Amino acid sequence: MEPAKIIEHSGGVIGVSWLLIALPLLGAAVLLLGGRRTDRFGHLLGVATAVASFVVGVLVFVQLLGFDPAERRLAVPLYDFIPGLTKMGLLIDPLSISFVLLITGVGSLIHIYSIGYMAHDPNRRRFFAYLNLFVAAMLLLVLADNYVGLYVGWEGVGLASYLLIGFWQHKPAAATAAKKAFIVNRVGDFGLAIGIFTIFTAFNSVSFAGVMASEAHPSQGTLTAIGLLLLLGACGKSAQLPLQSWLLDAMEGPTPVSALIHAATMVTAGVYLVTRSGAMFFPEGSTAAIAVTIVGVATLLAGAIIGTAKDDIKKALAGSTMSQIGYMMLAAGIGPAGYAFAIAHLITHGFFKADMFLGAGSVMHAMNDEVNMRKYGGLRKVMPITFATFLVGYLAIIGFPLLSGYFTKDGIIESVMEHSATLGWLAVLGAGITGFYMSRLVFMTFFGQKRWEADAHPHESPAVMTWPLIILSVGSIFLGAFLILGNRFMTFLAPAVGRPEELPSFHPFSVAGLATLALVAAGAAFAWVKYGKAEVPVVAPRGSFLTTFARRDLYGDALNEALFMRPGQWLTRLAVFFDNRGIDGLVNGLAAGIGGTSGRLRRVQTGFVRSYALSIFVGAAILVGAWFVVGNL
Amino acid sequence: MTTHYLVLSALLFVIGGVGVLVRRNAIVVFMCVELMLNACNLAFVTFARQNGNLDGQIIAFFVMIVAAAEVVIGLAIIVTIFRTRRSASVDDVNLLKY
Repeated sequence: MEPAKIIEHSGGVIGVSWLLIALPLLGAAVLLLGGRRTDRFGHLLGVATAVASFVVGVLVFVQLLGFDPAERRLAVPLYDFIPGLTKMGLLIDPLSISFVLLITGVGSLIHIYSIGYMAHDPNRRRFFAYLNLFVAAMLLLVLADNYVGLYVGWEGVGLASYLLIGFWQHKPAAATAAKKAFIVNRVGDFGLAIGIFTIFTAFNSVSFAGVMASEAHPSQGTLTAIGLLLLLGACGKSAQLPLQSWLLDAMEGPTPVSALIHAATMVTAGVYLVTRSGAMFFPEGSTAAIAVTIVGVATLLAGAIIGTAKDDIKKALAGSTMSQIGYMMLAAGIGPAGYAFAIAHLITHGFFKADMFLGAGSVMHAMNDEVNMRKYGGLRKVMPITFATFLVGYLAIIGFPLLSGYFTKDGIIESVMEHSATLGWLAVLGAGITGFYMSRLVFMTFFGQKRWEADAHPHESPAVMTWPLIILSVGSIFLGAFLILGNRFMTFLAPAVGRPEELPSFHPFSVAGLATLALVAAGAAFAWVKYGKAEVPVVAPRGSFLTTFARRDLYGDALNEALFMRPGQWLTRLAVFFDNRGIDGLVNGLAAGIGGTSGRLRRVQTGFVRSYALSIFVGAAILVGAWFVVGNL
Repeated sequence: MTTHYLVLSALLFVIGGVGVLVRRNAIVVFMCVELMLNACNLAFVTFARQNGNLDGQIIAFFVMIVAAAEVVIGLAIIVTIFRTRRSASVDDVNLLKY
């Protein structure tokens, strides 16, 4: 089934759906321009705009449900964005509204959590301003009805991500991580920008509706090029290979940021881009779509392997985020059969990963901001709510039967298995590794001996932090079943992204499903033997070559350093040398030459009138002599 | 027929030129400049006579007028310099240089 036509509509709440973006943007503007005057209520305003945006989102969603499924793609024209190039408008369809609800819903919960988490930070108002800015930009990204608007939001979330990773800019590591995230994202954004330029030259339009309705039939090569360029953009934003290196360092930011931006929403923008452009640039079986699946499967394994060796709880979770987004990319690459699973996994992942990140934040809050899991241990008794909610998130991500992750990840594995057995089995392997590293994380943190620092006095977090955890964990339990059973989500999403002719049926006891469960159980058991039952050393053992390989992020940084940073430095040094010696040498040499010559020449001006008279005489004599000679020729 | 006048004119011009180049006294240099100007006048008038028209004579008048104006300004400058530096030697007036 093909995606539905986009029709214009501007009645009801949908007509004012620009409020979704405007509200958090207003919050950010007030908090940033108001300065210290708004310190007292800054966090409340930040929460209020996010929640208000969520309420508008729900109303829009309800109104959208009132339409016939085939007409659920509504364009809300706003204004002439770039005259002659594109109008600005919002696209309200099942895909964008799913994102809106995820962003504003999980976003609101994380805003609320941050009130408690950032309570002692003197810059809490600025933090909420940036969070609001992020929500506004992310909503623009998913709501824009054209690629240029999407790009504006894309850059906006990049900016917010940069500002929030470097929020504690007095820490050199945070400042460096922010710069790294920004620069690596620049590579991806460059690809996206060139991709959009190419779309405009090929279709003479940058709006989704315009591209779909275009009469132009560009060559297959052009379409593949556009697909690969968009994929490059998606890789940058979603931390997929080969642009994955920034995400682990991005954990330097405050934990709510890691939860909202670097787990639940922003890093999924790449999946959104691929899904949104799917019908146009990633048709089933095309080179670009195959590239998407390869990137996805490589990243899901790489992220999982990195996750196995990290002792920093947030970095282990970041590796897991990479890996899970790899799953989404893989599913998005196989076409309409996978889109619904990719987005469903994206939504459930948004819940359980935000749940776990916030749980990790709660643990860090209790342990004096210690992130090393080797110094945790035995926390389940002192932090019961955090433990219970984290446990739910953990069970959801490893795919424990009947929890969210079980349905969505299993859906991805099944649909990929039908597409290509090799990719499917690699995804199963990834699920097994997930079972190991997530169990390791939970055992090291909540079970075993206490390995706390002497001055650590862990305690349960305040209610403002635990309630978001509880709500998120409820979502982590039920959302998967709700979305997947009866193909509810696939049917809902079909008008936006299309769906296969034959709806997939849910097989709880397929070979792949059972193999996944067995591998996950084996991974968890192995983790229990190594990190649950056995004592965990406080100082990390040196480990084998493979451990070092995973600890060093599969040498991704070393590779970037050798391939790009050092040649780049040589290039700049060469350019500086050429500038100093070559260009400056030429210009300065010329100036010095003229200066020196004039210095010698001015000695002719002796000040003696008679010498001037003599030179006039000689000159006149030469002129007359020359006239004689020429005249006689 | 006019050759003698032209030779005289050239002679006077050379005497004036050499005077300008070799003498130090500003007044004498000045007089030598006048000598050169008048040598030119003589040449102009001679050629006017030879060609049978008045162009040369008119130009001679112009030269006289310019020479008169020049004398007024030049003598004033020389007198002023003499008053301040107690010298009329052109070699002493050499401050304006590199």
